Amino acid sequence: MKKRALIPILYIAFLMLPIYWLVAMSFKTTNEILSGFSLFPQSFTLENYATIFTDPTWYWGYINSILYVSLNTVISLAVALPAAYAFSRYRFLGDKTLFFWLLTNRMAPAAVFALPFFQLYSAVGLFDTHIAVALAHCLFNIPLAVWILEGFMSGVPKELDETAYVDGYSFPHFFVTIFVPTIKAGVGVAAFFCFMFSWVELLLAKTLTSVNAKPIAAEMTKTASSAGYELGLLAAAGTLTIIPGAIVIYFVRNYIAKGFALGRV
Amino acid sequence: MKTQNQKAWYFVLPVLLLVAFNALIPMMTVVNYSVQETFGNNVFFWEGLRWFEELLNSDRFHAALGRQFLFTGLILLIEVPLGIIIALSMPRKGPWVPVCLILMALPMLIPWNVVGAMWNIFTLPDIGLLGYLMNTTLGIDYDMTQSPFAAWATIITMDVWHWTSLVVLLSYAGLVSIPDAYYQAAKIDGASPFKVFRYIQLPKMKQVLTIAILLRFMDSFNIYTEVFVLTGGGPGNSTTLLSIDLVKIALGQFDLGPAAAMSLIYFAITLLVSWLFYTLMTKDDAK
Repeated sequence: MKKRALIPILYIAFLMLPIYWLVAMSFKTTNEILSGFSLFPQSFTLENYATIFTDPTWYWGYINSILYVSLNTVISLAVALPAAYAFSRYRFLGDKTLFFWLLTNRMAPAAVFALPFFQLYSAVGLFDTHIAVALAHCLFNIPLAVWILEGFMSGVPKELDETAYVDGYSFPHFFVTIFVPTIKAGVGVAAFFCFMFSWVELLLAKTLTSVNAKPIAAEMTKTASSAGYELGLLAAAGTLTIIPGAIVIYFVRNYIAKGFALGRV
Repeated sequence: MKTQNQKAWYFVLPVLLLVAFNALIPMMTVVNYSVQETFGNNVFFWEGLRWFEELLNSDRFHAALGRQFLFTGLILLIEVPLGIIIALSMPRKGPWVPVCLILMALPMLIPWNVVGAMWNIFTLPDIGLLGYLMNTTLGIDYDMTQSPFAAWATIITMDVWHWTSLVVLLSYAGLVSIPDAYYQAAKIDGASPFKVFRYIQLPKMKQVLTIAILLRFMDSFNIYTEVFVLTGGGPGNSTTLLSIDLVKIALGQFDLGPAAAMSLIYFAITLLVSWLFYTLMTKDDAK
C-alpha cells in the first residue's frame, strides 16, 4: 500500500514543478531573473502584482475573461438543459443525426474557424464584445454540455417525470423545481467543463477582440512580444490566471470523480 | 423506452440555432474560399479544385501532417497507459482523494498560452528550473531553440503534463464504480493482480477510456496555442504541426484559398479518424 502511494505522489510533484517555477518567478525582480539561476526568490517583491493591479489594461483583461466565460457558461447550460432532456426522453425525426452533428463540432480545429469567425462577428456588429466571445465558445461548449447532461438525465428513471405529471405539475414547473435539482451533480460537471474550455481557449477569444473585451491571456502575449523580456510580469499574470480554475475545481471536487462515472462524459 | 414525440424539436431548437450560427456560416465561408483566389479588396476568382490538388501533392502539407500524426500518436501512447497506472495506484477513499483530484485537475484549467509561457520559463537554458538542471547539474546539452530533438521532447512532456490528468480522472471514475464484491470474489478465486486488472478493472474502465482516448485524440490533433507559444513551430519547421502551418498560411501569408482548402481536409481527417476510433472501440458492445 505504501509503495503504491509513491506513484501519485511522484506524478503530483511532476505537475507542481512548472507551476512552482511560475509562481517563484512572479516574486522575483527582472534583474534577479536575468542575472542568473536561483531556486527561491532572493529579493522578494510584489512589484509585478502591483503593476497588474494598478494598470487598467491588465486588470480589465482579467475582468473581461471572467465576464465572457461566465456568460458562456450560463448560455451553454440554459440551452443545453432542454435539449439534453429531449435527447434523453424522446425519439424524434433526425435525433441521432443531430446528436452526432453536434459532437462533430467538438472536433473542429479552432484554427479552421478563426478567420470566418472574425468576418461573421464583424458583419453582425458584435466584434470586440464579450457576447461575441461567449457565443463563439458555444460552438464547442454546447455539444459537450448536451453530451454530459444527456448522460446524467438518462440515469434518472422516467417514472419521476410521470409521477410529477400525475401530481399535476406543469412541464416548466416540474423541470425547474424537480428535474434540474435531481441532476445537480450533472449540472455542476457540465458547468465545470464549460468554464474550463472557455477559460483556457485563446485563439478565438483573441481573434474576436481588440480592446474592449480583450482577455487576460491575450494581454500576456502582447507583453511577451512588445516589452521585451518582462518575465516577472508575465509570470505574475500567469499565476493570476490559475486562481479562478483552482476555485472552480475546489467547488466541484466531490462531483468530478462521481460525475464522470455517472454521466457518459 | 423513449416515446416518439416530434415536439421535442422545440427543446432542441435553441441549441440548433446557436451551433448552426457558429458552425454552418463559418463553414460555408471556408468552402467558399477554398474554390477561389483573391488578391484582396474582396475581388475573387474561381479556381475550382486547384487548391485541393496542390495541397494533396505538396510536400509541406505531407510533412506537417506527418508531424501531427507523430505528435498525437506519441502522446496517446504515453498518456493512456500512464493515466491508467496512476488511476490504479490512487487511494479509493479517504481525505487524500479530493487533494489528489484537485491537484491533478489543476493543469487542465490553466489557459493554453499560459501553459506555453510557463513551460518556456521552466525550460530556459540558464534561468529555467529544468533548463538549469539539465545543462548545469546533469551536464546534458539542452536547448529547445537549437535542437529539434529537445523541442520535441519538450512539447511531448508539456502535453503529458497538461493532459494525462484527464485520462487519470476518467479511469479513476470508472474504477470507483466497481463494487467491492467483485474484488472479494476475485480474492476468493485467488486471482492475480494482473487478472484482476484484465478481467475486472479494464472492462469497467472501457467506456470511460473510449471517451478519454477520443477527447485526447481530438484535442491533441487540433493543438495550436501551447506549442505555438513554446516553440513557434521551430527550430526550423521541426515542430510546425498542422494547425500551426494552417495559421501561418491563413493569417501570416493571407493565402485564403489554400488555407481554406487545408482547413477542410484537416477537418475531414479529424472526423474520419475519430469515427474509426469510435467504431473500433465500440465494436464489441454492438455484438
